[in-house]
Amino acid sequence: MSKITINIDGKDIQTQEGEYILNAARANDIFIPAICYLTRCSPTLACRICLVEADGKQVYACNAKAKDGMNITTSTPTIESERRAIMEVYDVNHPLQCGVCDQSGECELQNYTLEIGVDSQSYAVKDVDRSSHDWGHLHYDPGLCIVCERCVTACKDMIGDNSLKTIARGADALDAEYKENMPKDAYAMWNKLNKSVIGLTNGTDILDCTSCGECAAVCPVGALVDTDFMYKSNAWELKQIPATCGHCSAGCQITYDVKHTSIDNPENKIYRVMNEWNYVSLCGAGRYGFDYENKVTHKDEAAFANAVVALQKADTIAFTSTITNEEAYLLQKMKEKFGYKLVNSEAKSFQTFLNDYSDVSGTKLYGSDLKVTHNSNFVISVGAALKSDNPNARYALNNSMTVNKGAGLYFHPVSDPIIDGLGKSIVSVTHAPLQEEAVMYLILDLFADKSKLPSEVAEYLASFHSKKTVTVKETVKEKVVETVKEMKLNEETGLEEEVEVEKSSMVNKEVSKDVEVDENALLALVNADKKFMESLEKNLAKKDAFSLIVGPDFYTHPNAKNLARLVALVEKYSEFEVTMIPPLTNSLGVALICELDDAKGAYTVGYNVKGDFTLSALGGGDLDMPAMNQQEGTLTSINKRVNPTNAALDYKGYELNDLANALGIKADLVIEYTAKLPTAKGFKAENFDDLPNRYENDGTEVRGYVLDNVAVKVSGDETVEKYNNAKLEGTIVYIANPVRQFTEFTNKTTALSQEGGVYMSEEFLSKSDFNEGDSVRIKSANGELVVKIISDNKIAGEIALIPTYDSKINPEVLTSGYRFATASIEKV
Amino acid sequence: MKNNEQFNNRNVSENGYYLVDIADYPTDGWGKFKRVVQRTFRGELFVGLWVVLREMIKFDIHTVSYPEEKMPIGPRYRAVHEMKRLWESDAERCIGCGLCEKICISNCIKMDTRIDENSRKEVSEYTINLGRCIFCGYCAEVCPELAITHGGEYEQASEQREHFVDYEYMLTPLDKMKAGTQVEFEGFGAITPHEDERVKKTPLAY
Repeated sequence: MSKITINIDGKDIQTQEGEYILNAARANDIFIPAICYLTRCSPTLACRICLVEADGKQVYACNAKAKDGMNITTSTPTIESERRAIMEVYDVNHPLQCGVCDQSGECELQNYTLEIGVDSQSYAVKDVDRSSHDWGHLHYDPGLCIVCERCVTACKDMIGDNSLKTIARGADALDAEYKENMPKDAYAMWNKLNKSVIGLTNGTDILDCTSCGECAAVCPVGALVDTDFMYKSNAWELKQIPATCGHCSAGCQITYDVKHTSIDNPENKIYRVMNEWNYVSLCGAGRYGFDYENKVTHKDEAAFANAVVALQKADTIAFTSTITNEEAYLLQKMKEKFGYKLVNSEAKSFQTFLNDYSDVSGTKLYGSDLKVTHNSNFVISVGAALKSDNPNARYALNNSMTVNKGAGLYFHPVSDPIIDGLGKSIVSVTHAPLQEEAVMYLILDLFADKSKLPSEVAEYLASFHSKKTVTVKETVKEKVVETVKEMKLNEETGLEEEVEVEKSSMVNKEVSKDVEVDENALLALVNADKKFMESLEKNLAKKDAFSLIVGPDFYTHPNAKNLARLVALVEKYSEFEVTMIPPLTNSLGVALICELDDAKGAYTVGYNVKGDFTLSALGGGDLDMPAMNQQEGTLTSINKRVNPTNAALDYKGYELNDLANALGIKADLVIEYTAKLPTAKGFKAENFDDLPNRYENDGTEVRGYVLDNVAVKVSGDETVEKYNNAKLEGTIVYIANPVRQFTEFTNKTTALSQEGGVYMSEEFLSKSDFNEGDSVRIKSANGELVVKIISDNKIAGEIALIPTYDSKINPEVLTSGYRFATASIEKV
Repeated sequence: MKNNEQFNNRNVSENGYYLVDIADYPTDGWGKFKRVVQRTFRGELFVGLWVVLREMIKFDIHTVSYPEEKMPIGPRYRAVHEMKRLWESDAERCIGCGLCEKICISNCIKMDTRIDENSRKEVSEYTINLGRCIFCGYCAEVCPELAITHGGEYEQASEQREHFVDYEYMLTPLDKMKAGTQVEFEGFGAITPHEDERVKKTPLAY
């Protein structure tokens, strides 16, 4: 992509070749009105209001690409009259209920009606019944809908659920004279608008999707609103607290919108979560799981004194990665001062994996991030239940497929209808658990530059190949000439007579041919479809940007070390850029900051995990701690970015810093440690208050800072262990959460709270004699668990899922670390 | 809409106002001394006392005997707020748009809203802190439904300020609606005369 110069309204601006005019203008603070366009998605061309004149020709700024030296005028009398007519059309039959509408104050219809200066109406059409629908967690009011299709676009191009579409409105045709008298584009836009409203693709009146709520967020009017938020508060009464979502490692930019609880209760309450939807898309947990705060009324001095005593007595601190970098740093300082063992199994395995990876790659961290995935056009996901481990990674995969005409491969033992639903160009390969090494070898074999690969690896890969002669049936087209007798009219005599005519026709003929083909034993090992190579070849056409997403299955794999080295080899010797999904919110930060230990000692203080003395942000522990929406600090995301988050709600109790102060590690505020995070690991010495949290108009992410990817000494040893044929068979359980759940924190929220159980696909249930709601005993070599069956149509296949979000279910009793385990399931 | 016209004429000079002829204030010491002597020995006190005595024995008194008798209040007077009901259905006019809450410059209006059983926006609680209210009339002016208005109730004496912030107290009582005696407010926010002529009409396709 080369730099070009275009001229908009007399201003010379620099932009990329092939950039849309609208994006170029926005990046340079030039205003072009636009309603239906969503940055990062493909242009919809529904609103037509972004009309501009480029080199004397009217084009739509959202889908016209900038060319070098282009002269663009954003406003001419014709364009003005089009825009005025478009806005008048949008106001036709739009209910005058701004007074009660939830969007009022942030409504783009209000804004543009005022901006364009619509003060009278020239058009009319008879309205049809457009009564509202309750779609479950969303409320749709077609009466307010302007059918800009932004919801449809976001769902298709970004989220990938494809749950929304336009359906027929059943309205009268427009008055014929409008076609003559109206501005052309306004008429065309109205003609389309008047024929459609938004409906669900599943044919029912209840949404069955991953419930991210992004469609409601992007809705410019009040047509799509969150049912829970409806009529709760006016937008302008809410104060926006910039923050970072604390549920998973994606670290999405969000704002907590707070206001006093009620007239009687002046304490702040979070009413909703908003995001910069042009540049970041949230999942359902981020959007609806916000009220997980730990309500503490006062400082419990007795409990605090007990905690100090417990810490003096303890030799181990066990914790999860749902903590800030500053707290992780504090724990590390406490370890250095008092010699605590820091135990965090999920971060430890990730840390080990990263170290093993560094040994080959030579960098502390993986080289890529999800932004690169968004912009790539061939994505492979391995070792991740993508939609629930990191929803943003799924959006990146889907976005690369829809907008960049990309394709992908999804390697995972649990087949996933949501992933399959992303499109035809993604190929799912359902391999057996423990076969991840075979998958990595296959990727190396398919994509690595064999001439550069270490020779032993190249030889090893070659050993999977064999030549085989197969008989291929081919259809050949053959020309056949036959002589046919035909009756023909003799023009001279006027009589019909028989004539012989030669006719040639093409006939399909099947021919058997012996062809020598290359057989790749790895394909059979990973259980790939017979047509795998064929579809891969098709999907790989015209692809030039490759991205690999590595998921948490790898970190706990018994051969994790080998997998880490294989990942590094793929990154080094193929065109793939690698991103790893940290298992929990701040696992990456914890892995970088803390020196972690494997085993607990005699007396454990648990922070958000059960210990002999428990500090808990979930409530119910021995001493209360603030939850993520009550703290300030930084979180390290999958994008290797250190993002600041602020306290949205008051917290009246003690926090970790108070305990540290009592133990002699003094600091007034925990954010004093932000500038002290270890620079040797890639952090920067920046103060918390200096960290920005916003996006620029051109989409540049100005949030916190990006970690330096520190170079690491390599041993030079690039050998990898050979493929290990061990695999899990029989009934298998997998530790993973359903969509919208990550931890006990998500489950604590009003909107997402639910009872956990074992998730089984409809296919599994129909094949077995289990029914939804049955209690079953799940027994593995490590332990057993009695849970209820929940039917889940977001998974397929015969692997049952056991979640981690319910504190009453501890899935760890079943496994020895690895997320899969063989188990027997029987009714109780 | 009766007698609105007289309030629309804001031309002061036409209403018989005149400038008062007041002597200049003394500036030097001697002038000031003269004024003190004049005021001391003039006996103005007795002039005042005479006026009182004269008015006492006259029967044509102009004083209003408050509180038994009260002056009529101008229709634009801005005293304690009232919440109006719809003439057609007796339902509350307030739709909970929150504009009064937003515009209030002394931040004394607060409201809680929610969705009701009929999926409509409902005001679950509404308060005006009259201890802070400066009776500027913005709330009445901004109200799109003519729901919150000022009333003529200027006696703000009670044991508790909170007595005046009750929504029920402000709302027109139903028996008043039955009797048809709810009075429209004619001040800020009221429909101005000739409104109909100024409105641009929206075409309809029916």
